[in-house]
Amino acid sequence: MTANGMPAPAFAASAPCAPPTGNLVPLLHEIRHALTRWLEQGEEHVIDLRSIPLAPGEEDSLLEQLGAGEVNARLSILGPSDIIETRYPGAWLITHYNENESITGRFIEVCEVPGILKSQADDIRAGLERLEDQLSYAETTA
Amino acid sequence: MSKDKTLGETLQERGISRRSFLKFCATTASMMALPPTMIPVIAATLEKLRRPSVIWLSFQECTGCTESLTRSHSATIEELIFDTISLDYHHTLQAAAGTAAEHAREEAMKENHGSYILVVDGSIPGENNGYSTIAGISNKDMLLDVAAGAAAIVAIGSCAAFGGIPKADPNPTGAVSVSDLVKDKPIVNVPGCPPIPAVITGVLVQFLTFGLPELDQLGRPAAFYGKSIHDRCYRRPFYDKGLFADSFDDEGAKKGWCLFKLGCKGPTTYNACAVTKWNDGTSFPIEAGHPCLGCSEPDFWDAGSFYKALSIPTGDIGKTAVYAGTAGLVAGAALGASLRARKQSAVKNHERVTIDDLDQES
Amino acid sequence: MTDTEFLLWVRGPAFNVATFILCAGLVIRVLEIFLLGRKANLAEARGSAAAGGLRTMLRRFIPDAGSFERSGFTVVSGYIFHIGLFIVIFLFVPHILVFESATGLSWPGLPSNIIDATNVVTMIALLAVLIHRIKDPVMRMLSEFNDYLVWFVTILPLITGYLAFHRIGLSAAMLIGLHILSVELLMILFPFTKLSHAFTLWMARWYNGAIAGYKGVQS
Repeated sequence: MTANGMPAPAFAASAPCAPPTGNLVPLLHEIRHALTRWLEQGEEHVIDLRSIPLAPGEEDSLLEQLGAGEVNARLSILGPSDIIETRYPGAWLITHYNENESITGRFIEVCEVPGILKSQADDIRAGLERLEDQLSYAETTA
Repeated sequence: MSKDKTLGETLQERGISRRSFLKFCATTASMMALPPTMIPVIAATLEKLRRPSVIWLSFQECTGCTESLTRSHSATIEELIFDTISLDYHHTLQAAAGTAAEHAREEAMKENHGSYILVVDGSIPGENNGYSTIAGISNKDMLLDVAAGAAAIVAIGSCAAFGGIPKADPNPTGAVSVSDLVKDKPIVNVPGCPPIPAVITGVLVQFLTFGLPELDQLGRPAAFYGKSIHDRCYRRPFYDKGLFADSFDDEGAKKGWCLFKLGCKGPTTYNACAVTKWNDGTSFPIEAGHPCLGCSEPDFWDAGSFYKALSIPTGDIGKTAVYAGTAGLVAGAALGASLRARKQSAVKNHERVTIDDLDQES
Repeated sequence: MTDTEFLLWVRGPAFNVATFILCAGLVIRVLEIFLLGRKANLAEARGSAAAGGLRTMLRRFIPDAGSFERSGFTVVSGYIFHIGLFIVIFLFVPHILVFESATGLSWPGLPSNIIDATNVVTMIALLAVLIHRIKDPVMRMLSEFNDYLVWFVTILPLITGYLAFHRIGLSAAMLIGLHILSVELLMILFPFTKLSHAFTLWMARWYNGAIAGYKGVQS
């Protein structure tokens, strides 16, 4: 598998291992600090994993370290998105894919629940309209 | 062409949920290397975006840039943004042709004078205006005419940005870039042959959201063209260790060693290929085993051979050295002969002084 | 002129001119010395001139105890920057490619980070040499414009090479172009300054050794 989740073409030379970046532990510390701040002040924190250089093996190592907790949600929003609560409650791993199943973004959010999981006011409004239309149609054809 | 609806309203109409929109804003911020705190800013700005009118002019080009753009699959919302941005005129993509098409363009220009975005691909013959025309209008005239009422210009591809292939020696059509002809409008250069699709759409989205991005000395958005290929190349550790492939498909090449000796222009090329890559992040030329051509730099076609390493002089130095040596031999022999002659005449004319001479003088 | 055009110019016509001047100039200098000739030594040979010459060419690499005592600093710093220059010029792969394109000969190089470290050491040694030249009263009295000029055109490629390798300040094309330009300056001045010692020293060592060898004495 290549770094973005695509299957590696058979003829590609196996990528030579790049040396580790040493960013793994500092990243975990950042999560630790963010969890502390959330407990003390309720302050949320977002980390864009794309902005931190990680050698291919290191990202897998990080995901292994974070593991999976109690929540696993798959969203269908113009391509799938996976939201899992890691084994450290409050630290959520969000992975966005496009319709071709390529990764387009990866974030770690420290919060009660990631904003994108919540229902959005605009969508609720649009859904309510549809429900009202549905009900009025049902009533007129009753 | 209604420009009353905002992007947010258009998305709603199309049944795109706000969640999907937020996902797009998050991935866009990530791609533009903006911090996550900017995500709500992008969301707030984009949803209020009214359909800006865009006129796309294609001049002396191979259509590779349009092809690259239409292959851009990174997010469907980007396609939507393009639907939304009211592409009022695109010579290649539009269904209309002939006078109807030109009329549509003129209408869009009049209606949105001063606020439409002009996108250009292809170079322009700067002098003889007969080399490339559309509907009988020369490229140069059309460019200057449309540029006059544009808010800003985006020059897509190395041809529009720097002159590209048509400008390569001997430049038979006198091709020049957009910035050579238009001097009074902000121009964003998005070079590449072609540019990476995600970069094209990223620049346009960035431009629509935040206005003119930070540009480098060649007018390229620093977010995508700020670092060289060499600085982000995954084969860099091999360069640093002095491990190079000597020829295509040799042992070193198979091990993925640095392609500097094969002529890689990575060190002098600024683009996002090593990070963003091509075909949805599948690979890029160096990863496929071919040295970088430097296609996002000016005059890359004339920059010495693609397969000659950057440090090597472009001329035939061995031949020059031989000529120089020969000339030196001739000149040296002549000089040497004249020096010997001077020495011999000095010896011959040497006057001996005897003690009697000295006695007489005192 | 864009950065690319500048780089192309230094790699193209400018390099040709510099190579021509360097090669023609060196050949002229060497021929001048040869053609001037020496007075014939009418005494009978007591040893081999050729053996003396060859031996001396190599033996002079080792400093004798006397010069080490008198000017230890000059000897040590001189060795450091000469060896450093040799490593940086001839064992860095992009440079080896230049020699290969001119002569067809190639040889293995060292890892680039070792070259980088060597460059830094060499520049420090050269700076020390300059400071010594300015501060030592005898050296200061003896030094003239040419001495400082030669020092400058020697350290300039090292500085521009460092900047180009680390891509500091300007665009990569500009930095590489300036580096090559500084080398061309060195090449042009080479035959007309004391830099030509790189070629004439072999002749000097040979002659000294041959004269002594002919007389049958150690050199």
